[in-house]
Amino acid sequence: MSFWQRHAIFEKNSIALVIGVLIVIAIGGLVEIAPLFYLKSTIEKVEGVRPYTPLELAGRNIYVREGCYNCHSQMIRALRDEVERYGHYSLAAESLYDRPFQWGSKRTGPDLARIGGKYSDEWHRDHLREPKSVVPGTVMPAYPWLAATDLDFDHIEDDLKVNAALGVPYTSAMIASAKADVKTQASPDPDAADLMKRYPKALARDFDGNAARITEADALIAYLQSLGTLVDFNLYDDKANIR
Amino acid sequence: MAAAVASKPMTFGEGGSAFAFIVLAFLCTIITAKAYTPEYAFHASLFAIGSAAAAFAIFNRYFDRPVEPVPLVIDGKPNYNMGPVKFATVASMFWGIAGFTVGIYAALELAFPALNFDLPWLSFGRIRPLHTSAVIFAFGGNVLIATSFYVVQRTCRARLVGDIAPWFVVLGYNFFILIAGTGYLLGITQSKEYAEPEWYADLWLTVVWVAYFLVFLGTIMRRKEPHIYVANWFYLAFILTIAVLHLVNNAAIPVSVFSPKSYIVWAGVQDAMVQWWYGHNAVGFFLTAGFLAIMYYFIPKRADRPVYSYRLSIIHFWSLIFLYIWAGPHHLHYTALPDWAQTLGMTFSIILWMPSWGGMINGLMTLSGAWDKLRTDPVLRMMVVSVAFYGMATFEGPLMSIKAVNSLSHYTDWTVGHVHSGALGWVGYVSFGAIYCLVPWLWNRQLYSLKLVNWHFWISTIGIVLYITAMWVSGILQGLMWRAYTSLGFLEYSFIETVEAMHPFYVIRAMGGILFLIGALLMVWNLWQTVNAGEPEPALAPKLVPAE
Repeated sequence: MSFWQRHAIFEKNSIALVIGVLIVIAIGGLVEIAPLFYLKSTIEKVEGVRPYTPLELAGRNIYVREGCYNCHSQMIRALRDEVERYGHYSLAAESLYDRPFQWGSKRTGPDLARIGGKYSDEWHRDHLREPKSVVPGTVMPAYPWLAATDLDFDHIEDDLKVNAALGVPYTSAMIASAKADVKTQASPDPDAADLMKRYPKALARDFDGNAARITEADALIAYLQSLGTLVDFNLYDDKANIR
Repeated sequence: MAAAVASKPMTFGEGGSAFAFIVLAFLCTIITAKAYTPEYAFHASLFAIGSAAAAFAIFNRYFDRPVEPVPLVIDGKPNYNMGPVKFATVASMFWGIAGFTVGIYAALELAFPALNFDLPWLSFGRIRPLHTSAVIFAFGGNVLIATSFYVVQRTCRARLVGDIAPWFVVLGYNFFILIAGTGYLLGITQSKEYAEPEWYADLWLTVVWVAYFLVFLGTIMRRKEPHIYVANWFYLAFILTIAVLHLVNNAAIPVSVFSPKSYIVWAGVQDAMVQWWYGHNAVGFFLTAGFLAIMYYFIPKRADRPVYSYRLSIIHFWSLIFLYIWAGPHHLHYTALPDWAQTLGMTFSIILWMPSWGGMINGLMTLSGAWDKLRTDPVLRMMVVSVAFYGMATFEGPLMSIKAVNSLSHYTDWTVGHVHSGALGWVGYVSFGAIYCLVPWLWNRQLYSLKLVNWHFWISTIGIVLYITAMWVSGILQGLMWRAYTSLGFLEYSFIETVEAMHPFYVIRAMGGILFLIGALLMVWNLWQTVNAGEPEPALAPKLVPAE
């Protein structure tokens, strides 16, 4: 019986066809995805990566809501011009707690993986309200509603709980103080010692320049200012992580 | 009513689905009342209203229908169920026009950012996913459902399985589109590219998709033909694989049943790999396998020739579905994804060139002995040109997956242009061709005007050419500007200079899109006239005559 005749089993039996298709499509995905969960070399060992503070997480959720990934990547490739333009190439460890990842696929605007600390809060405030006021040639839309909308963090501890259930190391203390941490981090002169203990290198200040309210702009700017700042690349040893 | 029930028993399907919808309407009413955000309350209320309407429709249909179930065969001929096919065909044209229009708006926003109007729901970040989902899932999805339900019935010579189920698939799918699209505008999104809908929309789509699979598979099992026709293999692979991709990529835990927000189970580098395994196979199975099924039915039918090679179609099928699954990592070259995965992705993407062109050859060579029809039949010409675009895009894809090329093309408009040569040229044209065939067949009319099809073809072809050439130039230009160095070894251009250089190409691209839309509007007019004013198909069509 020739090969072509043997193939008739798939043409005459729909269940055989279904099983055949499932087996054939399973192989590639299994080979490429499954090892990423057990190969230790997949994610580098680095100092400094920590879960997002509740305010940063809320800001990240605004970044997600507005679809910023449509124009901004958060992934600096290991290419000379990118490293010179944006900074050290991105490590897998730096997006360890990113759900979903926001590496992006298009740079209508620049990469944001290391935007933290590059510009002042005032710059971000102006840029979000009216991008052309600081970058005349920009094509970015304005986001004036962010500074005008109070941040909704009534349920922020639920967000931390879900992340904790998925394996992000949020402790019960972090979850219990989530709401208070949002207020502390966004207040004009915070007593942030506890916050810093829980979230090293967290920046606590009034990000949106409006001390009376905690707005969506507070959260988003807190998130942007944290991006790419957690790993100290003066101490990072890339030879230790050769893969 | 008691008398009606006594003489006309309600089927299990009617009773069960009506009950399920009533429960769903009740649950969604509670969720509406307790929702964390007004946007989510709006969606929950849509679900409640939709479920109540579905339950009402099922009861109404039960009271109106005859006692006997619909016969499967009338006078020895299969009693085809074409209602859902007609609905999906009309829906595909509606969503097509909507999706193209939103695409033009997004293109104009990049050329003239004032068009964002400082409004949340008009800003590019929300409009662009609306465009991609509207054209891929709303337009493309309805074309796939319409043609698959048509083809599976004709090639199996059997009526669709299920009484309510086919309608549930068609209406439920379009309800998913409504939830997804309004969600983006209201800021409800996972921000995973091409998988933006949130957890509750994903759950709903899962239920619809399982019903779709069961209706399709059940109809194949009911077939009167010994063999399953090749188009149905492709449809089946598309339905199965999309189900697997959808479930894995969207695995998420909602913050609460009263919140639209969820967190994806995967994180960081693993999420990236899962996402592009999904993303590239949304291309491979939704936009390729499904539309290849259309090619394998509609081109032979329209050209009146058998498929060129049966053996080639077997090789094409298995190698295509095996190889496509591996190609995802080429979206992640030089990123923090491990090198071994990038190399695998690149290698398989290049190999993928072969089955893609095998399929193209099988489609094109089906015209052997009928090439003269390209001159006289613009519908067939549209489908043949679509296969040519398929060949072009599946050559460009492997080229761009080579790491050295990708280092230039990635993150630029070149990718956008590549996608559109596939989406406008291949998916768009093969869909238009199929719909130009389907509408006259379904409504039993002659196509109103072949001349208009000719205009549609040429206007939109010019549009596609403008679009993809503009994106080639802008993409390669920007990629080169990013990596340009001065003689002193400094980066030559600031980022904003590379943005400003894009402006003329963004204007040309938008003009290309407008031409494509004009073509599609001519098509809508043509189909409208076909259904409402077209001549009935002559009762005794001239029968097949041997060639030469």
